[in-house]
Amino acid sequence: MAEVAEQEKIVKAPKEPLFSKKNRKLITDPLTDNNPITIQVLGICSALAITAELKASIVMTISVLFVLGVGNVVISLMRNIIPSKIRIIVQLVVVATLVIIVDLVLKAFAYELSKTLSVFVGLIITNCIIMGRFEAFALANSPWKSFLDGIGNAAGYGAILIIVGFFRELLGSGTLLGFKMLGDPIDKTGLYALGYENNGFMLLSPMALIVVGLIIWVQRSRNLALIEEE
Amino acid sequence: MEHIELFFKAIFIDNMVFATFLGMCSYLAVSKKVATAVGLGAAVIFVLAVTVPLNWLLDQYILKEGALAWLGAEYAVFDLSFLSFIMFIATIATMVQLVEIVVEKFSPALYNSLGIFLPLIAVNCAILGGSLFMQSREIPSLGMALNYGISSGIGWFLAILAIAAIREKIRYSSVPAPLRGLGITFILTGLMAIGFMSFGGMLTGDDEGNKKEELEQAIQLEENNDVLDTTSEIESTALNQ
Repeated sequence: MAEVAEQEKIVKAPKEPLFSKKNRKLITDPLTDNNPITIQVLGICSALAITAELKASIVMTISVLFVLGVGNVVISLMRNIIPSKIRIIVQLVVVATLVIIVDLVLKAFAYELSKTLSVFVGLIITNCIIMGRFEAFALANSPWKSFLDGIGNAAGYGAILIIVGFFRELLGSGTLLGFKMLGDPIDKTGLYALGYENNGFMLLSPMALIVVGLIIWVQRSRNLALIEEE
Repeated sequence: MEHIELFFKAIFIDNMVFATFLGMCSYLAVSKKVATAVGLGAAVIFVLAVTVPLNWLLDQYILKEGALAWLGAEYAVFDLSFLSFIMFIATIATMVQLVEIVVEKFSPALYNSLGIFLPLIAVNCAILGGSLFMQSREIPSLGMALNYGISSGIGWFLAILAIAAIREKIRYSSVPAPLRGLGITFILTGLMAIGFMSFGGMLTGDDEGNKKEELEQAIQLEENNDVLDTTSEIESTALNQ
C-alpha cells in the first residue's frame, strides 16, 4: 500500500498549455528583435531578388511558411533517430521534397507567378533560414514548439519581404497587387496630374538592398541594444 | 567567340551577387577581412567549376524531357525535370564532401584556414543557383557549362573581394551607429550593384552585328516568298487558260 502511495507521489510536471507565454514568444521574437533577415542575417538571397512586386513577396512568404513549418515538424519528429554524421543530408532531402511540392503547386495554380519567381522557388532549398532553424531548434525541441518557431521565423522573413515589396511596387510602378493606387500614368489622373513620375529605379534589384539597409537603420535606432560594437 | 561572350557576360552583366543576389549570406558574413574573403572566393570558384558541368551532364542525359532516349526509344517520353532540385543538391553535397577530403589531403594549411566555410559551401545559394541558371538558360554544351561555372565563380569572387576591401577601409569612417556593420554593407552592396549595371552596354556591339544579319536573312526570305507567289500565279493563270 505504501509503495502505491509513493508511486502516486511521483507527479508528472504539468503539461505546458499550447499557447503559453514562452510559446507565444517563439512567434513574436522573430518578428522584431530576432528577425531572421535583419538580425540573424539569413535568407537574404531570395528576399531581395523577387520583391519588385508585392504579389511575388506574398507568395514567397506563404511558400516559406509551408516549407519551414512542415519541415521543422518533420525534423523534430525524427530528431532522435537521425545519425549525427548524415544530418545535413537528411535535412536537405526533407527540404528538397517540400520545395518540389511547392514548385509543382505553383506551376499548377499560378503559372505566371511561377515564371516570375523562376529559380528562386528552387533556391528556398538553400535558404539559410530553413537549414539554420533545423540545426538550431528542430533538432533539439518538441514538434509543437518547432512548428511555432518555424511559423515565427517565416513570419519575420515575410514581414521584411512584404515591407520591401510594398515600397518597391508602390514607388516603382504606382500599383499595389496590380491595382493602380496613385492614378493612371498614361491618362495623367490622380497624383500624375501634379507632375509625379514613377521611380523606375525602384524596380531594379539594387534598390532592394538599399531599402533593407534603411529598414535595418530604423530597427536599430529604435532598439539600441542591437547596434554592433566597433 | 560565344565562349568569350559568355565569360564576360557571367562575370560582369549577370554577376551572381550584384544582378541576382546569390550567396549573400556568406558574402555578408565572411567579408570583414580581405584574406578570408579571398579564401572563400577561391573555394566557390572551384566548387562551381566542378558542379556545373556535372549537373549539366545529369540534366542532359537523365533529367530533361526526352533525355533518356539513350536507354531505348520507348524511354524518350519521360520528363524527369521535377527531380532536378534533389539531384542537383545531391551532386553538390557529394562534390563538396569530395573537395573537402582532397583539400585536407593535399593542402592542410588551406583546409585549416577555410575552417567551417568549406562544408557550408554546399548550402550556399550561389552553387545551387549556378546549376539552376545553367538549366533555365539552356546552356548548349559541356564546354560552355564549364565556362559558365568558372566565370560565375569569378564574378562572385570579384564581388566579395571588393566589399571586403571597402569594409576594411570604412572601419575608420564615421558611419552612423545604427548603420554600423550590416546596414552600411547592404547600402554599399546596393551602390556597387548600381555601378555594375553600367556593364550592361558592354556587349551590344556584337548584338548589332547579329541584328544586321537577321535583317538581311529576313529580307532574303521575303524575296523568296514573293518569287514563289508570282511563279504560282503564273502557273495558275497558265492552267486556267
